[in-house]
Amino acid sequence: MTKEGQVLIEKPKESKAKNVGEKTETVEVFIMGKSYKVPAGLTIMKALEYAGYRYIRGCGCRAGFCGACSTIYRKEDEQKLGFDLACQKVVEDNMYLVQLPFVPASKAEYDIDKIVPKDSTIMGIYPEIARCVSCNTCTKSCPQDIEVMKYIQRAVRGDISKCAEISFDCIQCGLCAMRCPADIKHYHVSQLARRLRGKYLDTKSKNLASRLKEIENRKYDSEIEKLIKMDKNEIMDLYKNRKIEAEEEGEGGD
Amino acid sequence: MTVIEGYPDYMLKSIKLCEDKREKNMARPVKPMSMKAREEMLKKYHPDYMEGTKRELKVGKDKGMLLYNGIVDLLESRTVIDSKDIDLSKIDYDVDLLIIGGGGAGTVAALFAYESGVPKDRILIVTKLRHGDANSMMAQGGIQAADRQEDSPSLHYLDIYGGGHFTNKPELARALALDAPGIINWHEQLGVMYDRHEDGEFQELSGGGTCRNRMHSCKDYSGMEMMRNIRDQARNLEIPVLEFCPVAELIMDDKGQIAGGVAFNLETFEYYVIRAKATILATGGSGRLHLANYPTTNHYGATGDGLIMAYHAGANLLDLDTIQIHPTGDAYPEPLVGILSTEKIRGLGAIPLNNNGDPFVFPLEPRDVESAALIKECKEDRGIVTPTGMPGVWLDTPMIEIIHGEGTIEAKLAGEVRKFKRFGIDMAKQPILVYPTLHYQNGGVEINEKTETILPGLFAAGEVTGGVHGKNRLMGNSLLDFNVFGRRAGIYAAKYIKKAKIGKLTLNHLDKFNKMLEQANIKPKKSAPIILPEYRGEMAISRALDIF
Repeated sequence: MTKEGQVLIEKPKESKAKNVGEKTETVEVFIMGKSYKVPAGLTIMKALEYAGYRYIRGCGCRAGFCGACSTIYRKEDEQKLGFDLACQKVVEDNMYLVQLPFVPASKAEYDIDKIVPKDSTIMGIYPEIARCVSCNTCTKSCPQDIEVMKYIQRAVRGDISKCAEISFDCIQCGLCAMRCPADIKHYHVSQLARRLRGKYLDTKSKNLASRLKEIENRKYDSEIEKLIKMDKNEIMDLYKNRKIEAEEEGEGGD
Repeated sequence: MTVIEGYPDYMLKSIKLCEDKREKNMARPVKPMSMKAREEMLKKYHPDYMEGTKRELKVGKDKGMLLYNGIVDLLESRTVIDSKDIDLSKIDYDVDLLIIGGGGAGTVAALFAYESGVPKDRILIVTKLRHGDANSMMAQGGIQAADRQEDSPSLHYLDIYGGGHFTNKPELARALALDAPGIINWHEQLGVMYDRHEDGEFQELSGGGTCRNRMHSCKDYSGMEMMRNIRDQARNLEIPVLEFCPVAELIMDDKGQIAGGVAFNLETFEYYVIRAKATILATGGSGRLHLANYPTTNHYGATGDGLIMAYHAGANLLDLDTIQIHPTGDAYPEPLVGILSTEKIRGLGAIPLNNNGDPFVFPLEPRDVESAALIKECKEDRGIVTPTGMPGVWLDTPMIEIIHGEGTIEAKLAGEVRKFKRFGIDMAKQPILVYPTLHYQNGGVEINEKTETILPGLFAAGEVTGGVHGKNRLMGNSLLDFNVFGRRAGIYAAKYIKKAKIGKLTLNHLDKFNKMLEQANIKPKKSAPIILPEYRGEMAISRALDIF
């Protein structure tokens, strides 16, 4: 390690917590029933690692995007089950926890090019959504706070666009599907809705269409070829002096 | 360490300064640096230019090349597989196309190989974690494509090449720029939900180092939305995927061709011999090596395996003397340290501020320059140090609401809002604290326009490759990269397969490599690739026994 480069970065890495010392506040967690004392403030994921677990399943992006680390927990003396992502949720004292290594949830296979998006399309492919009893358990189990039941209801009513919109932040962790008394595979349903919307319902860009034509007609080939063959100093000048749109607007506008 | 809701008092005091000066800061933004100023900033404050972060490689094809220490350590380790342990006479999977890696590049390659005529049951994707567990899934900001009339692929090319400090392979930069609009069109056909205006045109933002606004996004879940669609398509086509079975070493044949790989089942510890007429390396990056001791934004499996196994087989590497540190990793609260806060936040108008609430850098410099400027500010004690000792500067997110109207942050940065809300921070009202974090492997295995490596039968695409971005990648060009070169890999590998003939399988290259280590007088303590990082607590490791 260099002195200079790292002056400011003593700690970081994946904060591999120090052994429990006198000064560190600890909490007791029960990993699949076994008690471990871990430093307070760690995420569930880092707490398991601190305790000595090495992940194979149950750990993916470590940043809340991939849905690999769905966790179910219950705090001692509490009735309610908690649902969250191990990489995002900080451990609490007396937390009993288990992670879900895999979610068995059958996905329909379809040819997106041959589907006609109609009110009945989603219901035709996933008929079980009609069995939704509106218990809202799916919504309560969603670590992303998505209104899962609401988007299923939209799907039942054939509102593809709204189903797609409400479900957009879904990370497909599968907790909803594991809790549903009607055996709905919510996250597969909404995947279909989003693809239908993106492909068929959203208005398409005219700019893109005309640019594709230009590229097809090789409009830019010689221009880029010229840049490639350009003398290094010349292209550096060109780069340096190019007009920056964001700068002229004073912001990264949209 | 205890859990604090929101910011502690001393940080709130600094936030107050940001608030007081907000109007002024927005009215008078810092201008971009001159080329010369950029160069000086990099030389003084970027880890690529620091002494002691890199050393010369002593073994193999690129002997003498300067690389980051963490990568040299692995390249100078013995092979993870001992050729004596593997029985190559029993073939577990015999396919036309082996794709190593189930992230963006690998999955796109599979789709295009299928479209180019390789039957689905002749394709095999093997992946270390689950299908889709990849940095691709985590990319937030967006994807570049020059499709507006004010823009052109030539300008995109110029940005790529200049942003890469004129070190990119020009033909790869050209492919990236010219294929981009076609990729967006393909995504539309798949069903990717891009952010659009009412008339259907894309909402396009600028990114660091781009001269036109050409960042297409899907809220701040851009990579996730692409990956979900691509993976759903692969699942609908029933393309076979082996999960939790990383390939640990490549297999060659007696003609010197790449002929498949040895996969390792992480759960049963069995190995599988996979024979393939063509192999696509799509293993992604290496953030989990924590080069220069940085925290990282990368997913758990990003350990650079592809670089190592390709090098064992004789491939050559490019530009691994640089790493991309992303300027805005989270610095507070502690559980978020190293996680990314997307560049889109600056694209939308947020400005970095120091502890006095003063701006010090143009918010959209290329990533390396922006990072260096942030490091400088902290080094010169104008940053904020968190209770756990992590330095950082403010990124004044409330500016976005002033520029674009209330509710913009919630609408366009849903993932970010959700992340901070868990810790009692409302980024629409308070700034967030950021510090550079290890984000991207700029270089890697050299490829050409057809994604061929120098080894016959081995193609490569995505973050594992070198040459596309030169020594620095711009925002929005890696989602583009895995699509452009994943597609090309699928197409060109399909072509190659038609003529390929595999000879007798061998792992001699591993023995040869280990012998080279010996000859170079290297006494490796470890083996590589490492497959997964080690994050277990020190106490637990120190007391671990290996007795069953």
